[in-house]
Amino acid sequence: MPRHKAAVAVFSALVLAGCTTDKPTTATQPAAPAASASQSAQSAGTGTQSKFFVQADFDAQLAMRSQTPEGPSDKPWEQAIAPQMTDTAKYKKDGPYHLCFSNAAVNNPWRQVGWKTMQAEVGLHKEIEKFTALDAEGKDDKQISDIAELQAKGCDALIISPNTTATLTPAVTAACGKVPVIVFDRGVETDCPVTFIKPIGGYAFGADAAEFLVEKVPAGGKVLALRILPGVDVLETRWSAAKVVFDKSKVQVVGVEFTDGDAAKTKSIVSDYIQRHGKIDGVWMDAGATAVAAIEAFEDAGLPVPPINGEDQQDFLQKWKDANLTAVAPTYPTYQWRTPIIAALKILKGEEVPKMWNLPQPKVTSENLATYLKPNMPPLHYALCGCEDLPGFPETWGGKKG
Amino acid sequence: MKRALPILAVLVVLLAAIAVANPFFLEPAGFLAFLKRAAPLVILAAGQYFVIVSGEFDLSVGSLVTAEVVIAARLIDGDESATWPVIALLIVIGLLVGLVNGVVTTKLRVPSFIVTLGMLLILSGAVFLWTGGAPRGALSEGFRVFGRGGLGPVPWSVLILLAVGAAAIWLMRADFGKTLMATGDNERAAALSGVRVDRAKIFAFMLSGLAAAVAAILLGGFAGVSAQVGQGLEFSAITAVVLGGVVLGGGRGSVLAAMAGAFTLEALFTLLNLYGISGALEFTVQGVIIIAAVAAGAIRLPWKFTPRKGDAHAAS
Repeated sequence: MPRHKAAVAVFSALVLAGCTTDKPTTATQPAAPAASASQSAQSAGTGTQSKFFVQADFDAQLAMRSQTPEGPSDKPWEQAIAPQMTDTAKYKKDGPYHLCFSNAAVNNPWRQVGWKTMQAEVGLHKEIEKFTALDAEGKDDKQISDIAELQAKGCDALIISPNTTATLTPAVTAACGKVPVIVFDRGVETDCPVTFIKPIGGYAFGADAAEFLVEKVPAGGKVLALRILPGVDVLETRWSAAKVVFDKSKVQVVGVEFTDGDAAKTKSIVSDYIQRHGKIDGVWMDAGATAVAAIEAFEDAGLPVPPINGEDQQDFLQKWKDANLTAVAPTYPTYQWRTPIIAALKILKGEEVPKMWNLPQPKVTSENLATYLKPNMPPLHYALCGCEDLPGFPETWGGKKG
Repeated sequence: MKRALPILAVLVVLLAAIAVANPFFLEPAGFLAFLKRAAPLVILAAGQYFVIVSGEFDLSVGSLVTAEVVIAARLIDGDESATWPVIALLIVIGLLVGLVNGVVTTKLRVPSFIVTLGMLLILSGAVFLWTGGAPRGALSEGFRVFGRGGLGPVPWSVLILLAVGAAAIWLMRADFGKTLMATGDNERAAALSGVRVDRAKIFAFMLSGLAAAVAAILLGGFAGVSAQVGQGLEFSAITAVVLGGVVLGGGRGSVLAAMAGAFTLEALFTLLNLYGISGALEFTVQGVIIIAAVAAGAIRLPWKFTPRKGDAHAAS
């Protein structure tokens, strides 16, 4: 008999376990609109937490937002938040220098603005004799061979902007043994680079936007979350932070949709939600490139635009001002493309640099919108390029003088 | 009309399913919004129909749409006065790309699959080179009105769709349609009976290029400049045509059915979205449709021989 009882206990435990693991899956994939509506009435409608979510990183990034960065306040690309300096005396050598750069891609406006900014920064320093850059065109395999190729070119320092985190790690590790390596933007799973440069990060971005919506959207209001695509760490962190904020709030997330970063798809999705729910009270976005398309969906439906977040892209800032929107723009500043060059020179001169170089990550609000909006710049320009003082501005970045 | 019946039945079922999930769909505004969204694909499908019925393929329309939108944004650059000249230029570019596709296919005897695949790569490569991966410039309000605005409650895109649809049906009823159909059915027989086969095919490619230009104007107007606007549209257009019962290889199928196929595909996507199924599945659905439709067509033709095969299968 006891044996039988034990079997029953084990069996029921299994069933219970089965139930608990089943629950999140049904929440993330609603079988029918009716079902999803009833479920989101019970929970916040944000689905399960991303497997990329790391509580410690989340806490650290949110704390960094209120810390005062060290360094010149008019040059945020030289600032660092709570830096732990690392010694670079062993890399010291005399100039002129040959700097090399393995770039993941220049396939989006953010990377284009950044790349132009980096080239202009190189132009500022006479001690850089040669700057060799290879574009991996968004392909891991090309970047791995690019990094190998650059090692054979006699670079004094190698800057890497990895295409993906895990796949590029071995290539970066191999390069570390031969030349001082500087990694920026996306990270790698090794601490062998001399410095890793990045803005505060995705959690801060996602939380900045979500906190704004929670403040502006009335309790019970319907929020639509738009994401580019799943499975990319820098985007997953943005959404997972927003999820934490929304789960604690009284707003109701009626949908989490993927737009592929496509304007037409974004506009269609938002139009569908407006039709289905009659009214959407807030829009959260993990990137600003399609924010204007989302805004237009409301305009074309003849509805007022609800509180929304975008990014520091010129078209969004312009729309914000023209339509007097209730909006916020967290940023992932393109000025971070200046920092690796500055870091490389510091390292080669034997000056210490932060091991983790956390750059400040300001947000555009209605109070400081006027300082970031530059009407002469093209629609896809990023306002936080930190490029205004560089030679060739604004023409090199596609802007008009005046 | 008779050929279009099966696909129209499928379309009605899908529309009913959408209406059940979203009652707003039955209101004029809701239905017009659907038509507006479907318009570019339906126009592309009409263009693709001419090429497919003549026995060829046009894989270049998707990247042509992207190229047109990117060119328009760069040349207009927010300047209202440039709107009409640029629209005229887009149409010329569309016709020109069609002409090149047609001439290389017919005169140089390169299979259209290769020619238009090459054109796809050339155009997308050229766009990438020209823009460096991110488009520049902006479309004017005057340009965007075709994809965004409307005449009263009726969107311009729906009116343009009606005009294009009527023109396509008229073309297929005219002599051109009959020669095109004959060309696709049996090129040699058509040529021997005096049809200028090459000219008919070149004209079909130009119509497809024209359709891509019109679709680009509507898509660019709808959502603004984007370097991904035309991505995968060539496959959607071919799927739509095949779904409409038009036989790959040419000679069979009606343009009305092809356009109904495009509506059906768009309705299917809308329905998938309504039920919260990921957009990533759209490609899978299209793939299944293409294979299933072509397989279904292949089974029907040698009908007399199939029972025996079928029996063998049933027995085993």
